[in-house]
Amino acid sequence: MAVDQETVKRVAFLSRLKVDEDKIPATENEFNKILKWVEQLNEVDTDHVEPLVSVNENTLVCRDDVVNDGEMPDKILANAPQSEFGYFVVPKVVE
Amino acid sequence: MTKLTDLTIAEALKGLKNREFSAVELTKEYIGAMEEKRGLNAYVTETPEAALKQAEASDEKYRRGDNASLEGIPLGIKDLFCTRGVKSTACSRILDGFVPQYESTVTQKLLDAGACFLGKLNMDEFAMGGSNETSCFGPVVNPWSKDVKLVAGGSSGGSAAAVSAKMCAAATGTDTGGSIRQPSAFCGVTGIKPTYGRCSRYGIMAFASSLDQAGPIAKDVRDCALLLKVMSGYDVKDSTSANVDVPDFESFLGQTIKGLKIGVPAEYRPEGLNKEIASYWDKGLEMLKARGAEIVDISLPHTKYALPAYYIIAPAEASSNLARYDGLRYGLRVSGKHLDDMYINTRTEGFGKEVKRRIMIGTYVLSAGYYDAYYLKAQKVRRLIRDDFKKAFEKCDVILTPTSPVTAFPIGDKSMQENPINMYLNDIFTVSVSLAGLPAMSLPIGLSTDGLPLGLQVIGKPFDEAAVFKTASALEADAEFGRK
Repeated sequence: MAVDQETVKRVAFLSRLKVDEDKIPATENEFNKILKWVEQLNEVDTDHVEPLVSVNENTLVCRDDVVNDGEMPDKILANAPQSEFGYFVVPKVVE
Repeated sequence: MTKLTDLTIAEALKGLKNREFSAVELTKEYIGAMEEKRGLNAYVTETPEAALKQAEASDEKYRRGDNASLEGIPLGIKDLFCTRGVKSTACSRILDGFVPQYESTVTQKLLDAGACFLGKLNMDEFAMGGSNETSCFGPVVNPWSKDVKLVAGGSSGGSAAAVSAKMCAAATGTDTGGSIRQPSAFCGVTGIKPTYGRCSRYGIMAFASSLDQAGPIAKDVRDCALLLKVMSGYDVKDSTSANVDVPDFESFLGQTIKGLKIGVPAEYRPEGLNKEIASYWDKGLEMLKARGAEIVDISLPHTKYALPAYYIIAPAEASSNLARYDGLRYGLRVSGKHLDDMYINTRTEGFGKEVKRRIMIGTYVLSAGYYDAYYLKAQKVRRLIRDDFKKAFEKCDVILTPTSPVTAFPIGDKSMQENPINMYLNDIFTVSVSLAGLPAMSLPIGLSTDGLPLGLQVIGKPFDEAAVFKTASALEADAEFGRK
């Protein structure tokens, strides 16, 4: 499956990254090189194979449904590029 | 006279206990080395004042007699670990100025054991790379370089170089596809990636969550055992952390390997394998045989598919993990007209080339219509790779292979800059182990004719680091590798 320039643009937007217009052909080319290489996997018969999601065989542990952390707005906001009144500030979303 | 920085952790602990020198003296020597060797670019943040303060506290504890297991040992920390109050960047511009308000579990355990931290170590951006060249702070120089500056390997290049150049007693690393083992091999030091789940991932910036594991990089096998014991253990803050006992890894060193079965995978000796690497591999097998181990031929038939599977799974998980860097809550923010613009501007400026490449590949293989063909397919192949090892381990106790198909190469190597796949191929001996979640150690076995270190990899069954340590300590004793 080869990608085209439209796909490169779409994937860039889904990734929230900008690929400059003049870099699109090179990116397309590189993408296709990598995809062609990973498509070796099609040689492998996986018809009756279950996907392996995690090598970890223990089931996920549930903890008690209680609040065990919090009350630290200053720490949470300490690294905020912009904050006000105990909130993160973002650019205007609704006109 | 031996310098204090020449001592292994085990030796330094003895000296500290016998009051031959103080933790402050030891720390000062390492700080001196750290400053003197800045040209290697191993550290990205130095914290000498904090280290000295910790060392003073350690000396007090020795006086009182309530010293912990790593009391007064100066360590370097890979910049992927969140350290409270100390800038942590993953060597990415997107985390510009980020100062964590909390401590990762692994570094907290080391602090609790009395270690002091000299600073944060350089690495490939978000641990994506095999040469430390994707760091926003520039590449690390391999201490073994002669006329030409060579890479230290990656992604834990700063960790391996700092240990090799004695700029810290030992360092933390992380390994997703070989990031502890390959730089250890390139820099002539010893590093272990434990079984997936052995060390908590809490507070380690996520790259590929189903593969990421922390581990130590140290001067020798014993130091790795001492550190791993402290770094390991169940943690409720990491849902994949394994609730299993942590043995005293040091107790396995020097144990007999008589009758131990050493697997040799046919697929790891491809046509055209570097002759020197192949001959040191044979030498390693001879050493083990001479000690009564039995060499067993094994097959890992899906080896060839490990790299392509890895380069689907790891970018897929990375694209999802790195979605959190949005310029809203921490790190870099580049403004934009509206919210989406801000996301795009921030991420485009904040991430480097290789990270962007992997985010986009990962986004593509997870996108509607391609998920089954790529991601699901790769996960199925991952099972086959894991099952290969399961089957092989019915015939053997550990597996011995080279760590890397090459020695350290020059910084800025053209073929790898031009084609990322050439760089990816360097992980050929390490990624299968990561996909299977197995423990594996790299230790130096000798020097190439160019005078560069070569490493061998000892792979064990899940949670059987014991056999890995046993085998590695035997090889180490026989190889008599001369540390830098």
